[in-house]
Amino acid sequence: MKKIEVLGNKDTRSGFGEGLHEVGKSNEEVVALCADLIGSLKMDAFKEAFPNRFFQVGIAEANMIGIAAGMTIGGKIPYTGTFANFSTGRVYDQIRQSVAYSNKNVKICASHAGITLGEDGATHQILEDIGMMKMLPNMTVVVPCDFNQTKQATIAIADYQGPIYLRFGRPVMPIFTPENQKFQIGKADILIEGTDVTIVACGHLVWKSIEAAYILFEKGIRAEVINMHTIKPFDEKTLLQSIQKTKCVVSAEEHMINGGLGDSIAQVLTQKLLVPQEYVGVNDRFGESGTPMELMTKFGIDTSNVVDACLKVIQRKA
Amino acid sequence: MEIQEIENIASQVRRDIVRMVANVSSGHPGGSLGCADFLCTLYFHLLQLDPSHFSMDGKGEDLFFLSNGHITPVFYSVLARRGYFPVNELDTFRRLGSRLQGHPSTDKKLPGVRMASGSLGQGLSVAIGAATAKKLNKDKSLVYTLHGDGELQEGQIWEAAMYAAAKKVDNLIATIDYNGKQIDGNVEDVLSLGSLAQKWIAFGWEVLEMDGHNVKEIIQTLEKAKTMTGKGKPICIIMKTEMGKGIDYMMGTHKWHGSAPNQEQLKIALDQLKETLGDY
Repeated sequence: MKKIEVLGNKDTRSGFGEGLHEVGKSNEEVVALCADLIGSLKMDAFKEAFPNRFFQVGIAEANMIGIAAGMTIGGKIPYTGTFANFSTGRVYDQIRQSVAYSNKNVKICASHAGITLGEDGATHQILEDIGMMKMLPNMTVVVPCDFNQTKQATIAIADYQGPIYLRFGRPVMPIFTPENQKFQIGKADILIEGTDVTIVACGHLVWKSIEAAYILFEKGIRAEVINMHTIKPFDEKTLLQSIQKTKCVVSAEEHMINGGLGDSIAQVLTQKLLVPQEYVGVNDRFGESGTPMELMTKFGIDTSNVVDACLKVIQRKA
Repeated sequence: MEIQEIENIASQVRRDIVRMVANVSSGHPGGSLGCADFLCTLYFHLLQLDPSHFSMDGKGEDLFFLSNGHITPVFYSVLARRGYFPVNELDTFRRLGSRLQGHPSTDKKLPGVRMASGSLGQGLSVAIGAATAKKLNKDKSLVYTLHGDGELQEGQIWEAAMYAAAKKVDNLIATIDYNGKQIDGNVEDVLSLGSLAQKWIAFGWEVLEMDGHNVKEIIQTLEKAKTMTGKGKPICIIMKTEMGKGIDYMMGTHKWHGSAPNQEQLKIALDQLKETLGDY
């Protein structure tokens, strides 16, 4: 089969950093706030280029979310930056009241999401953030898959009016989406076409799903791989068109099975078209220290897990 | 505006407050009555604003954020009496489908409200953001907030206090409703604030104190606060008030923080408050 060209290897957080710098140049209403993690979030370039539009708030995430919400009242487009754990769980009530309920144009940008944060361990490895954010009315949830897409998503969300949760990560992963492909919120990308099983993935699991599709191809199975980079609003149409063809689906995400992408898919299946589904995700347990790749293997969100889930769901179809 | 006129408006606002909460047998009259003089003075005398053309951005206007969102009765009454929306709409307070939600919200687009509040401790951060945006926009108008004293037990307040001083947010005037009472009793007993003025000074703020029931003193203190803006420090006004002010049986107790009078109690309350502008 024709393989997707790998253009290089980089972390998605660096895509955020470059995107933020770019959008800072083109839109002077864009401001950025950071809670003492400039280097980790790759916000240095924006800070250097636009010092008067950059706000270091210190280790005070609740205050950061409130300030960002207030800045929108003067027409600013604030991007907040910290780890996903401190971007969501720590400040859920601030996001709920001052951003989501008040429908303020804040872009909550969350790095080091999921288990691939690695060695810092479970205190920092949030696997519940997609669920928390997608439950909030008015909130849009975006989980891009590689460096290029994260950069493009960072640029694109400035033109969207309303609260956004943008989730990305730390590990270096292959770059496989085109360099300047404009990001469209809510429109999933079909990366590989297939007829036997649909794999719907987000974030780092998109690459793992592509690798799984190659392995399945060798076994004579044609997997369709969909990059569901927007969890909310959910692109039902692309999912339904695919499963009408394949009649089964595997969800793959670096998140708890509870409340994640897989749950969003299941809601569509139970209401529109019931087909078997298998979940690749973390099953109701906290993470631990290790390298990102060791952890993906140990916690069951690696390429082989996607392959196994596909084989299982195809069995269930019969 | 003359002091007597402001006092007259405040009397009407107090009537609105008790009628609104009695009407739906719910709401927060105590703190609302205590802040009536302050909010009337602020909205009718000090703030530069244009109620007939409410815009969310509020560019060129002074902005006010109610951080202790539960005192909606006084906030809504003052907004309505100032011309943000029809006074008769006060009758819908807390009713299904009303723009006058139990706590302030923006999603029903009530003119005059720029941010939801109710979950305490968030308004100072929001105000800092709005004040910072004003600086970026080269907008010389000011940002005002009101906080409960019990609200100061929330940690986010102190994150915000530290930030505002460190980053010289000097176009911000925060007022504390220092009535010494909260739902469970005296603030001193629930969780003492200690030396409150000293705390704000230690955090790097200019601190003023005033009697929240003396309109002349409120005007003088706020005018003084305005002259202190633009000098590198945020300003905090500790405002001494009495919860339930204006109605004898509601004063000197925390019991009317969040409970409404019945019809009999309402009549007693209204007998103590002059109708100056006509009830809604």
